[in-house]
Amino acid sequence: MNINFLLNGTLKVVNICPGEMLLDTLRKLDILSVRRGCDTTSCGVCTVLLDNKPIPSCSFLSVRADGHAVTTVEGIPEEAEKLAKCFGEEGADQCGFCNPAFSLTAYAMKQEKIVFDEQTIKDYLVGNLCRCTGYLSQEKALRKYLGVDQ
Amino acid sequence: MKTVQTIQPSVDGKGLMMGRKGYTDDYKEPGSLIIKILRSPYAHAKIKQIDSSKASPLPGVRMILTAADFPRIPFTRAGQGYPEPSPHDKFVLDETLRYVGDEVLAVVAESEEVAEKALSLIRVDYEVLEPILDFETALDHPVLIHPEPEIKEMFPIGFDPKRNLAASYQMEVGEVIKELAACDTIVKSRFFTQAQAHVMMEPHAVNARIDYQNRLVIYSSTQTPFHIRRIISQALEIPISQIRVIKPRVGGGFGGKQAIHGEMFAAFVTWKTKQPSTLVYTRKEVFSSTYTRHPMRLDLTLGAMKDGTLKAIDCQVLSDTGAYGEHALTVFMVTGSKVLPLYNKVSAVRFGGHVVYTNHTPAGAFRGYGAIQGNFALESAIDMLAKKLKMDPLKLREMNMMKEGETSPIFAIMGEGTAGTAMIMDTCKLEECIARGKALIGWEDKYPRFQETKTTVRAVGMALAMQGSGIPLIDMGSATIKLNDDGFYNLLVGATEIGQGSDTVLSQIAAEVLETTLDKIIIYSSDTDLTPFDVGAYASSTTYVSGNAVLKAAKALKAKMIDKAAQLLEVESDSLVFDGTMFQDLKTGKSISLTDFSNQITYSKQQEQLSATASYVGHKSPPPFMAGFVEIEIDKQTCELSIEHYVSVVDCGTPINLKLAQGQVEGAIVQGLGMALTENVKESSQGKLLTGDLLSYTIPTRKEIKRLTTEFVSSYEKSGPYGAKSVGEVGIDTPPAALANAIENALGVRITSLPLTPEKIFFAMKEKRSNNE
Repeated sequence: MNINFLLNGTLKVVNICPGEMLLDTLRKLDILSVRRGCDTTSCGVCTVLLDNKPIPSCSFLSVRADGHAVTTVEGIPEEAEKLAKCFGEEGADQCGFCNPAFSLTAYAMKQEKIVFDEQTIKDYLVGNLCRCTGYLSQEKALRKYLGVDQ
Repeated sequence: MKTVQTIQPSVDGKGLMMGRKGYTDDYKEPGSLIIKILRSPYAHAKIKQIDSSKASPLPGVRMILTAADFPRIPFTRAGQGYPEPSPHDKFVLDETLRYVGDEVLAVVAESEEVAEKALSLIRVDYEVLEPILDFETALDHPVLIHPEPEIKEMFPIGFDPKRNLAASYQMEVGEVIKELAACDTIVKSRFFTQAQAHVMMEPHAVNARIDYQNRLVIYSSTQTPFHIRRIISQALEIPISQIRVIKPRVGGGFGGKQAIHGEMFAAFVTWKTKQPSTLVYTRKEVFSSTYTRHPMRLDLTLGAMKDGTLKAIDCQVLSDTGAYGEHALTVFMVTGSKVLPLYNKVSAVRFGGHVVYTNHTPAGAFRGYGAIQGNFALESAIDMLAKKLKMDPLKLREMNMMKEGETSPIFAIMGEGTAGTAMIMDTCKLEECIARGKALIGWEDKYPRFQETKTTVRAVGMALAMQGSGIPLIDMGSATIKLNDDGFYNLLVGATEIGQGSDTVLSQIAAEVLETTLDKIIIYSSDTDLTPFDVGAYASSTTYVSGNAVLKAAKALKAKMIDKAAQLLEVESDSLVFDGTMFQDLKTGKSISLTDFSNQITYSKQQEQLSATASYVGHKSPPPFMAGFVEIEIDKQTCELSIEHYVSVVDCGTPINLKLAQGQVEGAIVQGLGMALTENVKESSQGKLLTGDLLSYTIPTRKEIKRLTTEFVSSYEKSGPYGAKSVGEVGIDTPPAALANAIENALGVRITSLPLTPEKIFFAMKEKRSNNE
């Protein structure tokens, strides 16, 4: 079957199989920043934005993206670069496998008009697991990116 | 120019954040054959018959590979120096299956869907054998896990498969029994540590193709590309010259990618069919079919005099290597060699025991291997001794611990799989680590407990740790550096960047020698065709061993550049100085810029490609040391524990990159907290994995991590590059003991088995109450 969706602002018409997950559809489209870390929506590595809200693409049927806007990190290069600078200053980037997903979640968070206190940040990003950093350097970098660095 | 010991953003962070292609699965060829493994549903079984009559005719099924398709050559999956100190006890496929998840066969198909369909249509008739699932009963059990005659040890490691023994070891300095008999106080306790899973974010992945020279080219998410090349060649009888292993960006390893996993299948399929192939493990396969940390039982005895003088340590260990013996002996030896020297003033020390086979998921390399298990036992026991002696545990440690300029006889006796190397501690800042950590946690005000309410209590606890910096006289690192036109450099290293920041740290070392900026150093790591040999990323070796190789190579290139510039300028090289951008002769005043020099020698005058290659093998393994302090709060009703603050004060020599070093420590601390509190690979009574996903196996999330303070004490290891020792592993060692000690300080109960769950605390308190009644 064919679906239509906006991928990073460009209309895509894609032939998918029933039961195909958005992660697989995106990787077939050579969007390699979207990755599989698990199959149980536990790790957050496959996060993309659907109409600007983070979703786990490993467990999201591609057919449900029909008629929606999908954003991957390739679609927000300026924001990713800003966050990368903050990560670099804090030594928060290690293996990098989860970084595009973190970047998208951070960007989505920035779009929401909420108070970025420590608890909000932890709640918002709790689904983005990281095994490398111990988290706090990421959060420090994120506060810089959000402009709420203490 | 100053690039080391400063805050330098990593050389690759930006590209990775932007989502650039880089990881193994990003490089698979279009149209690759898909490999899927059928795995054993039984902990111990023999394949009686495989019926693939329904699967084979499926359109798109290309091969169904069974044991008969592979040469019967025993090998070890462990990626270690060769010959390996691990038993060669694994076949690519075998008719006997030794754990739930062991490989039965491999399906090769044109698509994922067809491969999965084929797997579901294959019927295997098994003869179910009695498994050994309790490692304490494995030794001399009537069931034999490895009866096959072909398996072997490469040199004596205490391997005795007829006793289910993968390895065994025994050492003694002085006379432990005699010393213990003369002691005023004895602490004797049994400790248990569990299997922990690595949970690197990128699952294991491999893909292969044949290039236009008909060679086998493999991309692998590995920590050890050169070992992978050797093991594939030996086990599949493919000439090593025909294999190229490329390690692209790796999404975390922690030891889990030190061994060979799916590479064997992709290599075989592509070599046979000449078609590209790919194999990516599911998260469940990563859990069930790679390997875990070795579970251990540790019997620890300490003997001391009334004044706190520690006289003897005895540590007898039983280690569970599961179905195969990867790193069986080396992990075991580290349990002694990188733990017991902490208290070097004892008159006698004894260490030994067995590493047994069971029908569990194999155990293998994992950050802090052996050391975290040994540290939990020793550093718990030290606190227990302090309680018995009514001494401050810090004072007891300070009295007995290793100090700068001292040594331990253990260094010479115990290496990793072989004898060790004697060494003096040129740097050991444990006293400073303790003093600073004490202040940062507020020990004086908080020890042993504080802020006690009816329902909650806060407490502090601590532990010391040490590690190593590579394996002396075994681990080799190499680097090639070349000067390009316009005055920038290529740095080619076999050292394996897996997320720990080695590409950045090694670039910094080269930039420092060549007095240039990081953007002028273009690093390329780990490709067996293009980069010089390096054992890979393990044993805390990269900064120290590979870093020293980079230091040597960069110095050699600099010397060649000065000689060449002297020729070009027609001056003596002795009086020519190079400041990173200009060569200037102090006698004649003649000068040339690096840009002009490199352009001229490339294109017009006295043309020559300048490059240098150097290798480094450590003659010692200077340990990093640290003190870890924790503040916890326990809810006395639910026995739930929260980590309020973890303080790490580390002596890793002088860090090359402060922020990356901090990242190594904090990442390791949190991984160690996971091991201490929640992480536990669980199996059913039949050996089936119960924790095969991230819902049932919980690693720390950001919610549990509230406050980490990480500092480095001033230290300069003169044998290390710019004063550096290693920092990759030491951080993981202290959390289990520091937390167990804090729990005792809070509640007066001692938990001796990991993880430290609320249930264990609850039952220990219940027992304490009933003992008091």
